[in-house]
This record gives sequence, C-alpha cells and structure tokens, in this order.
Amino acid sequence: MVGDMGKNVFRMVITAFCAALMWGVASGSGQAIEPIRLGVAGAHSGDLASYGLPTVKAAELVVKEVNAAGGILGRQVEILAEDDVCKPEIATNTATRLISLKVDLVLGHICSGATKAALGIYKDAGLLVMSPSATNPELTQSGDYPNFYRTIAADDAQARLEVDFALDVLKVKKIAVLHDKGDYGKGLAEYARKFIEASDGQAQVVLYEGVTPGAVDYSAVVQKIKRAGAEAVIFGGYHPEASKIVMQMRKKRLPTLFISDDGVKDDTFIKVAGEYADGVYASGPRDVSRNPLAAAATEAHKKAYGSEPGAFFLNAYAATQALLNAVAKAGSTDSAALARALKSEFVETPLGRISFDARGDAIGVGFSMYQVKNGVYVEVRQ
Amino acid sequence: MDYFLELFLGGLTRGSIYALIALGYTMVYGIIGLINFAHGEIYMLGAFTGLIVASLLTVFGLNQYAILVLASLVAMVYAAAYGYTVEKIAYRPLRQASRLSPLISAIGMSIFLQNYVRLAQTSDFLPFPALIPDLAFMEPYAHIIGSAELVILLVTAMVMLLLTAVIRFTRIGRAMRATAQDKGMAMLVGVDVNRVISITFMIGSALAALGGVLIASHIGQINFAIGFIAGIKAFTAAVLGGIGSIPGAVLGGFVLGCTESFATGYVSSDYEDVFAFGLLVLILVFRPAGILGRAAAEKV
Repeated sequence: MVGDMGKNVFRMVITAFCAALMWGVASGSGQAIEPIRLGVAGAHSGDLASYGLPTVKAAELVVKEVNAAGGILGRQVEILAEDDVCKPEIATNTATRLISLKVDLVLGHICSGATKAALGIYKDAGLLVMSPSATNPELTQSGDYPNFYRTIAADDAQARLEVDFALDVLKVKKIAVLHDKGDYGKGLAEYARKFIEASDGQAQVVLYEGVTPGAVDYSAVVQKIKRAGAEAVIFGGYHPEASKIVMQMRKKRLPTLFISDDGVKDDTFIKVAGEYADGVYASGPRDVSRNPLAAAATEAHKKAYGSEPGAFFLNAYAATQALLNAVAKAGSTDSAALARALKSEFVETPLGRISFDARGDAIGVGFSMYQVKNGVYVEVRQ
Repeated sequence: MDYFLELFLGGLTRGSIYALIALGYTMVYGIIGLINFAHGEIYMLGAFTGLIVASLLTVFGLNQYAILVLASLVAMVYAAAYGYTVEKIAYRPLRQASRLSPLISAIGMSIFLQNYVRLAQTSDFLPFPALIPDLAFMEPYAHIIGSAELVILLVTAMVMLLLTAVIRFTRIGRAMRATAQDKGMAMLVGVDVNRVISITFMIGSALAALGGVLIASHIGQINFAIGFIAGIKAFTAAVLGGIGSIPGAVLGGFVLGCTESFATGYVSSDYEDVFAFGLLVLILVFRPAGILGRAAAEKV
C-alpha cells in the first residue's frame, strides 16, 4: 500500500514535470509557428531493433543540424518516433498513431512487410512515406503506393541493372540466364528473365537453367550455351560456380560475355579464375566510401553516440535530408507539392547526389556495373 | 550429331573424373567390404599436397612436365601415408566389430580430415595452376575436348588396366584376392592379412591423390570441401558399376558421367542429379550387385 502511494506520487511529479517542460517548449518556439513533425517508424525494440534504431539516430543528427541552422521555412523540426517491432499487424497501429499525432512526413518503416501493411493507411491520410531499408520490389513497382519513396535499391535492382546493361550497352540479342538453384541466385535469375522477356523483343532468353553447385564439371552446360547461340550469360549465384563456368567456357574457346552479380564481385573470383576472369562483368554496391558527406555523417554519429553507426544509417541519413529538402523546396508540407519536389530536385547526401524516379525509387542509389580489367574490378562508366 | 558427340565426350571426361576416384573406393570395398567414406577427403588432401609442391617447384623454375609428374608423385606418396594411417587408426581396431562400426568411424575420419584442412590451410577457395599444359595438336579440337580432359581420360584407362593386371598376375594381387575371399583362411595359409589391407589402402589413397592433382588442375580451384561431392559421385559410380569390381568402377563412372551430360544437354541441368540417381535406383532394382558386380552368396 505504502509502495503504491509512493509510486503514485512519483508519477504525479513526473507528469507535472513533463507538462511544465512541454509548456516551456511550446512557449519558447512561439505559439504561432507549428513545428514540422517528422514521424520515424520502425523496429525500435525486439529482435530487429538493430535495423531500426540507426534510422532514429540518423534522423536526430540531421534534424539537430537543420534546427541549429534555423529550421525549415522558419519552422523547427520535431521527431516523433514510433515502434512497430517489424510486425505488419503492429505497423498498422503505428501508422494510425502517427497520423493522430498529426505528423507531416514519415521516415520508415524498416521492414518490407511492416512497410507494406502501413502504406495503405498513410495513403488514405495523404501522407508521404520514405523508407531507408524496405527492399521489396513490389512496394514501388506495383504502382499501388504513389506516396512511397525509398533510398535503398530494390531486391531486383541488380537484375534490372544487369539486363539494362546487356541490352543497352552491350546490345546483345540472345541471352542465357543461369543460376545456382539457391535463393539469392535463382531469385536474381528469375527477375533477369522477367525483365528480358518484358523488353519487347529487344532480346530473348535462349536458355534458362540452374546448375548444381559444387559439381566437378560444367562442360555440358557450356555446350548448351554454345548450341543456344547465346551472346551473353547472366549468372545468378556466387563465385565458386561462376569461376568454374567462366573457365570452362574459355577453355572450350567460347567467347560469350559473362555478366553476374555481387556474389561474384569478389576478389576471390579474380584470384581463382586468374587470366580467365578478364572481361567478366559484375554488378556490385556503389562505393560511397570516398563520399565526404558519408564520412562526415559517420563522424557525427561517433561524436554524438560514441559508436560506429548501424544498419541503413547512411540510407536513413539521406532519406531525412531528401524529405526536409523537399519541404524546403516545395515551400509547404502538402504531399502533392512534396512529390513534385522529390522528383525534380536533386539533393547532396552521403549516398551521392540523389533524386527520385516516377515510381519512387531513388536515382543514383544502389548498384554499379564493374568489369575485370587486368585483374581488378573497375567501375564501368557509361 | 556434333552436339551429341560433344555431350558424349563431355560425359566421358566427367565420368573418368568419377572413375579415377571410384577405383579406390571399389578396391577397398572389394578387399575388406568397407565403404571408406574418408576416400573423398584423401582426394582433397592429394590436391592440396599437389598445390603446395607445385607452388614450391615453380619457385625453383622447373619445367611444366616435371612439375606435373613430381607434384603427382609427392601427392601420391603423401596420400598413401595418410591412407595407411587412417586405416591403422580408424579401421584396424574395428576389424572384428560389426559392419556398422567401421562405417561410422569412416564418416568421423572424413569430418576430421575436412576440418583439419580447413583449420590448417584455409576455408577459402584457392586457385590451382593448370599443371597439364595445352597440347598444340589438340588445339583444333579444343572446343570439344581439352588437353587436360584427354589426359584424365587416358590416365583413368591406364590405371584401370594396371590395377587389373596387378590384381590378376602379381603376388600381392593374389594375396588381395585371397583376403577378399576369406580373411581367416588366407591368414591360415600364411598371408599377412594386415599388410595386404594396408597396401590396398595405400594404393587406393595414392590413386585418389593422383586424381586430386589431375582433376584440380583441370577445374582450376580447390577448397577443403571438394572431397565431399566428388566422393559421393565416385561412390555412386562404384555402386553403379558393381562395387568391388575394378572395370565396374570405370564403367560406372562413364555411365554416370554420360547420363548427367545428356540429362543436362537434352533436358535441363536442373534435373541432372535426378537423372543420375534415378538411373542408380533403376540399375540396382534390376541388377542389385551393379552392372559388372557378381552377386556373391552371403557367407554364413
């Protein structure tokens, strides 16, 4: 009983203190000017908190900097973080709560499933949402969520890049698509096949096969590639199989081009395949390590929190910058004006100079094509 | 027709890779009725030894043929020592135990050797130099069959003939056959059974190492796990051809290799293993002892 009393008193004191504090803040910023409310939704507790918390920190760092410089359009920016523990059924509540708190923009969510569940609610409320980490291709490509943007490449971005590169740069007409039957390799190969088939006859898939990983010999597949008359091979998988296939192709005097993914964009591939690796194309994550903004953001994180930033930190940093920049350029938080600004204005971020395409995917984020030249991967400049 | 020929030759070379490893399996099984699961690992050890020796000799600037021969020889001797040791540690103490015990012991040996190499060497893939040089007269046919493949094919055939001759015509061959027929009786008439079994293991291991060096220089890469899949496929080839039979292992290898090659060529490589193991089931249904195996009456 006594303990309960004590707790109640404590609670009252805290409440009073908070009320006083809020009153202080509200009066301090001037009552006429409403702050810009940035909702940050994602996993902030539970198993996947390590994916969600770096985004909160990124938003805090950007907002601190913006507020110190006088805010946006003369308004301060306020962060409202809400936890969805990466669960779709909770994400809908998270979204409803953020809307009831009258947020102007949403940064999040983190997981694709939770993002998808929440997007419909935001759409009905006319809110703009930007995720630093949801990679499910459907989120942008289905066209169901025109209010959704992201600063990370979709799962199919590599396949898209490889196919575009093969068709537009290498100008090949006949392509063999191979994979190693694994989740990663096969998923990529299926997208590649889909994109080639959707190219309106610009090129065709002449062979689509899975090879057995770890086999001693791939000569039958190599003969099949030759018989199909493929000008290029797109391979989804990892370097041990890729190097064997490339070596056997070259030993059978087959000059077919070889295009693969970031499972192959690995120095072990070059080490193992040796001279045969030369000329092989592979897509890989764009290198941001030389971007001074990325170094500065990382440094700011270390200074503020005393640790290295976590997952998707730079993507979230870029997303927050892009959102606030759009507000500044649009001159309001009206979502139609914001959408126009996001698609027309470029913004300098740790990920590079980015803008957004019609579907909401970031332009300038994601993967680049590399080619092995004299034993090293070199980025292909188009 | 060209396509058929290419697939057929591809199947033959793949089959000869299996056969070269299968010979050791089948020999050991023929003599003591044990499936030596560590055989694939001896193959892997042979490849590693070959790589180390070849790298060393390249530093000394020897010519390519000398390196190939020396690396193979050293790998064979080294692997023979391993075979001898493995037999002595893992199988000999279990000679009188039930058939299951040495089998489990063999699996344990296989896991041990794999992880030993992983720890002592590396878990990465290592490039293996092409020790078998490209022969000039093979160049017009390179798109069908490479020099390395031709060498592997010829070596497999030679080894098969040599082994058959050893077992049929030499003194140790006769002792092997006697041991295979009846260990107790062979001992009674003065055959040193332990020595015969040791020699069998050493020969089998040396062949695996030879296979390791040749095949690795054809594939161009090795790591600690290559023995597993190669071992499984070679074991399948040995069973297919009739385990215990020397020509059977080679025939089994060819049949398996060609089946895989044609399955990939005419159907899809997605179903390569389905066809290979489907064939194994079919053959075992109609010929339980394998293609060339003799259905021996169970000794009571």
